[in-house]
Amino acid sequence: MLYDEALDGRLGSVDKARILRLIQERVPDLQVLHHREDLRPYECDGLAAYRTTPMLVVLPATVAQVQALMKLASQERVPVVARGAGTGLSGGAMPLEKGILLVMARFDRIVGIDPRAATARVQPGVRNLAISQAAAPHGLYYAPDPSSQIACSIGGNVAENAGGVHCLKYGLTVHNLLSVDIVTVQGKLLTLGADTLDAPGFDLLALFTGSEGMLGVVVDITVKLLPLPACAKVLLASFDNVEKAGQAVADIIAAGVIPGGLEMMDNLAIRAAEDFVHAGYPREAAAILLCELDGVETDVDEDIQRVRAVLENAGATDIRQARDDHERQRFWAGRKAAFPAVGRISPDYYCMDGTIPKRELPKVLAGIEALSKRYDLRVANVFHAGDGNMHPLILFDANDQDQLQRAEALGGAILELCVAVGGSITGEHGVGREKINQMCVQFNNQEIIFFHAVKAAFDPNGLLNPGKNIPTLNRCAEFGAMHIHRGELPFPDLERF
Amino acid sequence: MDARDHNEALLDQVRQAAATGRPLAIHGGGSKSILGRPVQGEPLDTTNHRGIVHYDPCELVVTARAGTPLAELIDTLAEQDQMLPFEPPLFGGGATVGGMVATGLAGPRRPWAGSVRDFVLGTRVITGAGQALRFGGEVMKNVAGYDVSRLMAGSFGCLGLISEVSLKVLPRPRASATLRLTLARDSARECILRWRHQGLPLTAACHHEQQLTLRLEGNRGSVDAARRHIGGEPVDNGEFWARLRDHRLPFFTGPGTLWRLSLPIAGDHPALPGTSLMDWGGAQYWLKSNSDAAAIREWASGAGGWATCFAAAAGVEPFHPLPAALMHYHRALKAQLDPQGIFNPGRLYPDL
Repeated sequence: MLYDEALDGRLGSVDKARILRLIQERVPDLQVLHHREDLRPYECDGLAAYRTTPMLVVLPATVAQVQALMKLASQERVPVVARGAGTGLSGGAMPLEKGILLVMARFDRIVGIDPRAATARVQPGVRNLAISQAAAPHGLYYAPDPSSQIACSIGGNVAENAGGVHCLKYGLTVHNLLSVDIVTVQGKLLTLGADTLDAPGFDLLALFTGSEGMLGVVVDITVKLLPLPACAKVLLASFDNVEKAGQAVADIIAAGVIPGGLEMMDNLAIRAAEDFVHAGYPREAAAILLCELDGVETDVDEDIQRVRAVLENAGATDIRQARDDHERQRFWAGRKAAFPAVGRISPDYYCMDGTIPKRELPKVLAGIEALSKRYDLRVANVFHAGDGNMHPLILFDANDQDQLQRAEALGGAILELCVAVGGSITGEHGVGREKINQMCVQFNNQEIIFFHAVKAAFDPNGLLNPGKNIPTLNRCAEFGAMHIHRGELPFPDLERF
Repeated sequence: MDARDHNEALLDQVRQAAATGRPLAIHGGGSKSILGRPVQGEPLDTTNHRGIVHYDPCELVVTARAGTPLAELIDTLAEQDQMLPFEPPLFGGGATVGGMVATGLAGPRRPWAGSVRDFVLGTRVITGAGQALRFGGEVMKNVAGYDVSRLMAGSFGCLGLISEVSLKVLPRPRASATLRLTLARDSARECILRWRHQGLPLTAACHHEQQLTLRLEGNRGSVDAARRHIGGEPVDNGEFWARLRDHRLPFFTGPGTLWRLSLPIAGDHPALPGTSLMDWGGAQYWLKSNSDAAAIREWASGAGGWATCFAAAAGVEPFHPLPAALMHYHRALKAQLDPQGIFNPGRLYPDL
């Protein structure tokens, strides 16, 4: 998973002492870390299994410093990897030995909240949750809420097009942005989008959102805020069979209800979460659904009745409505703590992020179970059921080299299964370094070439975050030698699972 | 094979254009031909390449070929009590799904529901290299690779030929009501901002000649409660909004050139000669004016917005000029994705 110049492209030689001297000369007020012990905290992001010590770390505090640094990096042909809070799960901020790590943590100011327009202007290092906290006195909040929202930065959210449990109703990061300022690799400052609902020209705001730091560096962000819903109520439904739970999800949508959140957990995830936070989950259930309705109280009550009827018809063995906000928080606490809960029952876990059409859920869960047996590793399933985003958690021990390799192979196989049923290898975590090989499964060579052309328009020398997001054709050729492309294999035998 | 699948013919035409370097002027039903600069090129007609390829109401996703009549798509969704939330204009008729995405125009529900691109999940695109590629897909969340599908939305066919598109759809609201109140524009806008903040189920707000017209949508309970809260007179639901969406209100046939001003929602009202109609709760104004284009643009830029000219006279750029640094990257992107310059050259800006 580390950068491989043979497959990911030559990086050229860089002289650390010279680059350090140039930075100190040309951007004298820029904070630079260069001692080995100072660099160590930055050697990985949330994908902690893979580590590289960066050549240099810079911590700019102003846009002018970012511009000067990018100009210098362009002239000297030094790769630059941008990093927010370092919570990303796909290794998108994994450093390079021959590269500068651009840490945006000092851009931590909420520039302003405009309650009339319901917008917030923030710097990229501001934490996701801090925006909603600052907006709360105005009765407003920022909707996208990735599980890591207490720590993750809004700049990273833009780079990954982060989601969360409320995406189906409130959208992803891309749906909740008005504009971003970016610094290009040449050091130019551009505003993409506007304070208006649309902007002239190509929709570069949409293109940059989720581009994983490959096209430019985000330095300023204006987000949309929403009025806090007057009321939110949650149902917890138990099922003795995962398939029935999956069908219930489709039935809720078919009933014309768009829940604020619709989450599914399987038995292993339920037990892990229950043992950890005592959310009140039924330990024996094969699956549970959490369905939250929010909005105006009369509408919420009406929809709660509707969903309750759907769940009964779908064969739920038990349906509970949180009696008060305290119990509602407790129901959610189990789901939000699912990852660390699984972390308690296994030395390590590996979180996948595939998306699928919801109708394929039973088939995919059966497929994952078969793969889990084949690779002899347990898998707990947590699922943004409403929008088809799965988070299978593979349990393994990283100290056991064989288990690590099996976990990687099992993860890859799960992603390929998602692609085979018409889904995607990543719904919200990004490709980063982690899923670089699986990109060759989801896209053919022409599509990869097209992506490289998009990149070349903004970063012709490939200096921004090399080795991430889009694989080289060399890498795909190497990977393809072991795999057969899209649909033809590797899952002609799905029914056998 | 589906007789309405004409992808091969489109691919052939693009390949020939790429081989000879002769530009293509892409069109569907031509319903939005009044928007944009004239294109000199061989006509490429998408309308034979039509049909809904896949629609599963439980998935909230529909996939249709570019030439599919927009009206057909809207009717098909309505049969399942679903809709395109951004309320795209049909104008005179003949509008296609491909044109809807390529122009990115949205109707009165836009500020509350989102834009065309917000609901684009995937596209099939025929590229400048003469290849049929697929980006995104039929799933709600997909961050693999660059978001080419959303880039295509609103690009006026200048980056490639959209041959098929997958869209997220939503259930139609169970209840709907349209109200009219007599209010001055300033007060109307303040009311809209306040009601929005209070979480009232507004989904359209238009002001013209002292009349504020509002639409409420949701479940019966919230719509009725909001009606009581707001007051006003109930008016014919539906027809008004369709006429606003398709520019069929009397305002649009008045004298002067038609301009669309996109402005910050809580910013200044236009102070320009002519008549204006406020839509999108104040985020979009329609202006009928004989003012100089430069004066209109200068005012719009100063207000933090921008202006588009419909049916622009010769010598008037329909689209707002871009800052030089931004234009540089537009050109770079065009050069990379359409190196021969065969897709709608000049439709958006002279050198794109």
